[in-house]
Amino acid sequence: MSALLDVRAVTMKFGGLRAVDGVNFSLQAEELVGLIGPNGAGKTTLFNLVTGVYALTEGDILFDQVSIRAHSASQIVARGIARTFQNIRLFPSLSVLDNVRTAMIAHSEQSLGTTLRRGARFHALEESIESRALDLLKLFDLDTRSDDMATSLSYGDQRRLEIVRALATRPRLLLLDEPAAGMNAREKSDLMQLILFVRKEFRLAILIVEHDMRVVMGICDRICVLDYGRKIAEGSPASVRSNPQVIAAYLGSDDA
Amino acid sequence: MKNHRAHLLLLAGLVGSLILGWMAPELDPYATNILVMIGINIILAVSLNLVNGHTGQFSLGHAGFMAVGAYASSLLTLAFAPSVQQSPALQNLLFLGALLGGGVVAGIFGFLVGIPSLRLRGDYLAILTLGFGEIIRVVIQNTNALGGARGLAGIPPYTTLFWTFGLAAITVYTIICVIESTFGRGFLAVRDDEIAAEASGIPTTKYKVTAFTIGAFFAGIAGCLYAHFICFISPEGFTFLKSVDVVVMVILGGMGSTIGAVAAAIVLTLLNEMLRDFEQYRMIIFSLLLITLMIARPQGLFGKLGRKKAKRAIP
Repeated sequence: MSALLDVRAVTMKFGGLRAVDGVNFSLQAEELVGLIGPNGAGKTTLFNLVTGVYALTEGDILFDQVSIRAHSASQIVARGIARTFQNIRLFPSLSVLDNVRTAMIAHSEQSLGTTLRRGARFHALEESIESRALDLLKLFDLDTRSDDMATSLSYGDQRRLEIVRALATRPRLLLLDEPAAGMNAREKSDLMQLILFVRKEFRLAILIVEHDMRVVMGICDRICVLDYGRKIAEGSPASVRSNPQVIAAYLGSDDA
Repeated sequence: MKNHRAHLLLLAGLVGSLILGWMAPELDPYATNILVMIGINIILAVSLNLVNGHTGQFSLGHAGFMAVGAYASSLLTLAFAPSVQQSPALQNLLFLGALLGGGVVAGIFGFLVGIPSLRLRGDYLAILTLGFGEIIRVVIQNTNALGGARGLAGIPPYTTLFWTFGLAAITVYTIICVIESTFGRGFLAVRDDEIAAEASGIPTTKYKVTAFTIGAFFAGIAGCLYAHFICFISPEGFTFLKSVDVVVMVILGGMGSTIGAVAAAIVLTLLNEMLRDFEQYRMIIFSLLLITLMIARPQGLFGKLGRKKAKRAIP
């Protein structure tokens, strides 16, 4: 079986700095993989390369066997890769429901033409979009807040809404950038349940960047470790935890 | 019925403009003059609101697009007016063609200006659009075929109250429909957070260029109405200050509020006229009123600052 996401010898240079340096990495369908590493290791840069925010310097990225290196960020979303952000980026002037509906534009047949005509087709499409958005919100217990402004939600709810918005684009791969940041212990446990639920319910692959080891070790099938832009280890949570190179990267080694 | 609210709104606007057109002979020229200026300003403010308010791309070039529409349509009517002199029906047909022509040419310019806007934002975009407006003006000023600094005279007086308010109604309908839909929420998403919009699958490039093109199209139509009302256009009528006037209407009405833009266009046009008695103090009083209003209501007349609940209805 070929990989869903295939990152091939990807390098990203910012001036003289190699933020990501020849990283090879792949991900199977419905796999849950953690991406860890000390601050500045290149995790978020790798995310930004996969999602098309940056154009990579060298290498290639294949999604479902198609190269996406020349795709724009929105085209990559349309192909099936969605993401959340380290610092929450909801649409502050839109309601909870509208945040979700907005993410459905890519897959909707609504266009300038249908919008201006406002015929039966327009209203049928709007209704189906609204009911699908409400169904999604209901799944995450956010439907009762659908008319509230997104910014009026609590921090944890905003994080969940960001995941709902990402799911609304019908992804096959979901990238979560530090979803547990700023959460307390209980919220983190809930988040772990939520991530496992999302994978099962939507049958998608998840790549998660996270500093909280309890979260990463607790849910990931496989973990990939970056340090100074290079991949230094990859494997099961247990093997990564006992890998001397990983321990050295995080805690420093005797001979450093 | 619920599904036809937007259509009913348009119908009401068109019927209203028919009634105004029918009443026109009863009105004195001064009142007609003010009404036409109100209509033109509504078209300008509502269309600029799509770019500045809804899409969040600060443009200072609306007068430039208006000039393009005014000149393009005037060249058309000046060329064909003598051959339709006998028939009012043909005159109206020619005017319709001129309106569309002026709008389309301005729309093409809007498309071209929209492209650099993909790379620039905020202040830089404002300066670029300002530069565009000035370039248009200077090019016209130095083109003899366009009358140069002397302007174009003898434009046929085709603009009526019916045309003005009919087109204002179509503009309002278009902008409301474009915004109030799943497709239209993309504009608001671009304004709110471009990176998040792109990450939610919204082609931000397409949305920005679409906003500029639609905005410029209607500015061109406003320019055409203006030219065929005043019957004389010169580069001096489309200075940077004209753009600022429209921006003030958008901000005063509340960025991103269509009803606000309409209200502000009416209020500011009337205010400008009512202050004529104060002669040289007019602009001082006008400015003071604006400053007071912005202090009292920084979000504009119909702005949404601090709104807690969202509205659901899709008209």
